[in-house]
Amino acid sequence: MIQARIRKRFPERPDAAAFSLDVEFQAASGVTVLFGPSGSGKTLILEAIAGFVAPEEGRILLDDEILFDASSGVCLPPQARHCGYVFQNYALFPHMTLRQNLAFAAERRPRLERHRRVAEMLERFHLTEVAGLRPHELSGGQKQRCSIARALIASPKLLLLDEPAHGLDAPLRAEFFDVLRQVRAEFQTPSLLVTHDLDDCFELGDEMLILREGRLVQTGSPRAIAERPVNVEVARLLGIFNLFQVEILELDPQRNLSRLRFGEFELAGYYFPGRLRGDHVWLCVRPERLGVFPRDGKPGSNQIPAQLLRSVEMPRAVRLEFGGGIQVELARPEYEKQKNNKEWLVWFPPDALRVL
Amino acid sequence: MTIDWFPLWLSLKVACLATLFSLILGLWLAYLLAHRRFRGREVLDAAVALPLVLPPTVLGYYLLVLLGRGSPLGHLYEWIFGAPLVFTWQAAVVAAMVHAIPLLVISARAALESVDRSYERAARNLGASEWRVFWKVSLPLARRSILAVSVLAFARTLGDFGITIMIAGNIPGRTQTIAVAIYDAVESGNGALARTLVLVISALALAVLSIANRLAAKQVAG
Repeated sequence: MIQARIRKRFPERPDAAAFSLDVEFQAASGVTVLFGPSGSGKTLILEAIAGFVAPEEGRILLDDEILFDASSGVCLPPQARHCGYVFQNYALFPHMTLRQNLAFAAERRPRLERHRRVAEMLERFHLTEVAGLRPHELSGGQKQRCSIARALIASPKLLLLDEPAHGLDAPLRAEFFDVLRQVRAEFQTPSLLVTHDLDDCFELGDEMLILREGRLVQTGSPRAIAERPVNVEVARLLGIFNLFQVEILELDPQRNLSRLRFGEFELAGYYFPGRLRGDHVWLCVRPERLGVFPRDGKPGSNQIPAQLLRSVEMPRAVRLEFGGGIQVELARPEYEKQKNNKEWLVWFPPDALRVL
Repeated sequence: MTIDWFPLWLSLKVACLATLFSLILGLWLAYLLAHRRFRGREVLDAAVALPLVLPPTVLGYYLLVLLGRGSPLGHLYEWIFGAPLVFTWQAAVVAAMVHAIPLLVISARAALESVDRSYERAARNLGASEWRVFWKVSLPLARRSILAVSVLAFARTLGDFGITIMIAGNIPGRTQTIAVAIYDAVESGNGALARTLVLVISALALAVLSIANRLAAKQVAG
């Protein structure tokens, strides 16, 4: 269990704008994902926990040990923090063989146990055959497994992973996800994973912390966040929503109904608690929740005529981009049925509508 | 003509020892400057480069004052080794070190600073003490540049004249290094001896420098 309150300011410099980090969170077992755009302070949080940079204010607790406490002046050196760190470039020592890299990390264990532990880790991460090679002779996947094995060999209380899947191709990513799932199952080490890739979050994250410009904007399970982003900023960061400005025309709590003005059209939805008639709000709809129909005759309820600009093929679906910035994702069989439409209606199911 | 080769051997001995001691002291200073933040760091940083710009006579004068028989350091040396330091060949080693140390500190520092920080961070994260981080990670990763500049420093120490003559003097057969011997030969009109020694020291320096260049080139390639 890690509890952290971290504050650090960076004044403006010729080559960098002023930046301040101010976050407070805790993470228990499992994988907690720090998600955010580049420059949002994700890596800085890991560095502060590992002891590479010192915050100005705050307190970092790992299990029941104080790693950092500004008010009492405690700041343990990185050596004493028992956090395994997996670097973005892996940082495997280039002048040592893979076995020596692991042995370096096992140095603090008793001599007899050290050798056994290295052999065990090599075996576990399928590295025994390449143990005598230097890092530059290894494949990307082997380097990655070695860096995780090296971080785990000293039995850390927390694993910190700084975008380890960044820039990997699809098979290697899949392999990495498998390794991390194995780590989660076999080592029970809580992990903090930094990423700016939403797929990583869903693939691995038990919990998700969304960062923007040095602040936490939302926390929760990835699924819950994707279901209910707390504000339009989060929705934009996730990048998986249609976002439209609408006006609330009518709210009827008795019948659980609402009417929204969307451009020149009207949409019917369920009642939105905590909103007032006349509010201008963001309508937030996931593209895969929208439907399409051929336009013949008068549009039905919640169907809006739209002009198809282009269609984009995706691995398992087709994304239709309509005028007005409306994006619809259709499963391929559904698309096959609809693709010869001349004119289109986009259908907004009432239960898919959220306002922010 | 019989040539007395003593000055050449003495110069080589002095250069070897001076390079060795300078390497130890220079690495320590380079480490301090590259990794530690302490009071007076800027002053030390500037002071290290001072021998590059001051005239040898000034440096020699400082050393005479610092290590002479009347100074505390001179006393200490005499108490430990039972004989004064100045006007011995050991003083020539000190003179040569004054040239080698700035070279070593500046280059070794640059080499240490150019080691990717994530390796040092990784080592600390894995529980290695600062001492171990330096010996097992930083130094091995910077070793080629440091080796190359050590060879360069060796070449530099071969050729000192000014400081040596001020604190080691010109005692044939005892403190006369090759540079001093050449000066002596020219002064006393022994042109043949001067020419031979000049050619020998030039060839030696050329050989050493080409080794240094080759080491530095490998660093870039590898």
